[in-house]
Amino acid sequence: MTASTAPKASHIESVRSAIAERRTTAAACAEEFYARIKKDDAEIGAFLTLCEDRAFAQAARIDKIAAEGKPLPALAGVPVAIKDVMVTRGVRTTAASRILDNFVPPYDCTAVARLEAAGAVILGKLNCDEFAMGSSTENSAYHPVRNPRDKTRVPGGSSGGSAAAVAAGMAVATLGSDTGGSIRQPASFCGVVGLKPTYGRVSRYGLIAFASSLDHIGPFANTVKDAALVLQTIAGRDPMDSTSADVPVPDYVTDLEKPVRGLRIGVAKEYFGSGLGAEVRAAVEAAIQKLADLGCEIVPVSLPHTEYAIPAYYIVATAEASANLARYDGVRYGFRARGARTLSEMYRQTRDGGFGMEVKRRIMLGTYALSAGYYDAYYLKAQKVRTLLARDFDEAFTKVDVIAAPTAPTPAFKLGEKMDDPLAMYLADVYTVTANLAGIPGISLPCGKSREGLPIGLQIFGRHFDEATLLRVAAAFESSRELP
Amino acid sequence: MKITEKDVTYVAELANLELTPNERVRMLHDLNSILEYIDRLNQLDTSRIEPMAQVADRYGVEAPENASRPGSDRFAYATRDDVKEGLRKSLPHEDAVKNAPETDGTFFVVPKVIER
Repeated sequence: MTASTAPKASHIESVRSAIAERRTTAAACAEEFYARIKKDDAEIGAFLTLCEDRAFAQAARIDKIAAEGKPLPALAGVPVAIKDVMVTRGVRTTAASRILDNFVPPYDCTAVARLEAAGAVILGKLNCDEFAMGSSTENSAYHPVRNPRDKTRVPGGSSGGSAAAVAAGMAVATLGSDTGGSIRQPASFCGVVGLKPTYGRVSRYGLIAFASSLDHIGPFANTVKDAALVLQTIAGRDPMDSTSADVPVPDYVTDLEKPVRGLRIGVAKEYFGSGLGAEVRAAVEAAIQKLADLGCEIVPVSLPHTEYAIPAYYIVATAEASANLARYDGVRYGFRARGARTLSEMYRQTRDGGFGMEVKRRIMLGTYALSAGYYDAYYLKAQKVRTLLARDFDEAFTKVDVIAAPTAPTPAFKLGEKMDDPLAMYLADVYTVTANLAGIPGISLPCGKSREGLPIGLQIFGRHFDEATLLRVAAAFESSRELP
Repeated sequence: MKITEKDVTYVAELANLELTPNERVRMLHDLNSILEYIDRLNQLDTSRIEPMAQVADRYGVEAPENASRPGSDRFAYATRDDVKEGLRKSLPHEDAVKNAPETDGTFFVVPKVIER
């Protein structure tokens, strides 16, 4: 592979082996990806910050190992990029918010550090909705991201930059965060693979907190195998995050080869109701039929509380956000409004000037739900409904190994289409928030296209800490699509 | 209407937000429409249901050996011995103040604290 003939959709193993066999260098790879970013990203808007010094220093380390003929780590020389809600030492990290416009973190997010320790080359930081709050990436304080498959449409959100960068060939893999669907929904809209692991599988240390009981870090990639390789790298207990679980991490890539015949795939009618677009329904039903053809048993299951997921989610998520975002006060880091005469005035003017409308809306909703007199009616009620939603999945997983569903009710919508209607935007997450509330893993992978050529995503849920089975089913479906 | 203009003012104050007159009008409309949708939670009888504050409580379902352990013992892995320096040394002082909008090199500098 030379710099000029590299395939646009590169895979982790092809990049690594090209470097190991000295057909290219990590530095040449990084240069090639930066050239592509500089050519194509003006129109797409996936990146907020490039970190060329850090990337080329890492590439030089990898090239030295390759030149010495020593074994290369798993992600050696692989160009990756990081959603700008994960802190990076010495590299500006904004959460796509004005309030962190000038923030240069003094430490690295664990997931980022693990990627780099495995040899990955970090190209830069990716655009998203401000503080990961949104479903279209239009809430970025900087600029929206355009969907590489149709530039009049949104890439989904909140990890729109992470999905678009992979779809446009501007990174081999990326990291995103998923609090209510923010990895899976943009993966679906951009036609790539996006994985939200089990809560606790990947450390959240260094992830700028939105809703701590719902936040997850996970990978985007072109293939299920690449997503599995990235998960392998970032998963596992981290003493710096007490919610990261002490559960062994299996060999996901080897497990991909295991047969899927005989596995039980659950299908819940609640995910195929009247809100589901006809083309998405047809594509997902065909995908489920394909899994049956591969020898899986299709089993009807019921997740009866699904319709209550969005309202419960928007109370729990905003309540946690109102607490997490209290730290942005203009004292220790970030933007500070000028000219305030008192401390209290400085807080309010800083937050007023630093936060965008959707962030303020969620802080207001969350503060209201937690305020005296409303706590029981909203927050406690939502937490109880969360129990019911989690029980739905517990019950279903006694009968099936994974559950198949659509990722989003429609393909990518037009830029601007839902910006004046927050509730309509929230409903874009109707099939994804359930996995965050229950903490189970979920993946989205391409399963077809609409008449207009827009990607459609198949979502697969698994049991807590059973990413291996979920990835296996996803990989089997993916390879069945590649056959003639 | 569940929320009034007065509520918006009160909640904004709790949240340390000021909000422009335009934002207040929009907030009033948006919060009411979202809360109206959220009201469907009241269709469910949750009087006998325990609230779920965090996911880790559910892991016991998959790990019987953990489920049988009482209370916080299930999360014993998340604790550690007290060590003077913690898991790692604290940030060097200069790194900790480097991002501050205003600092004298030792402390963060803020406007005078005067009660309203």
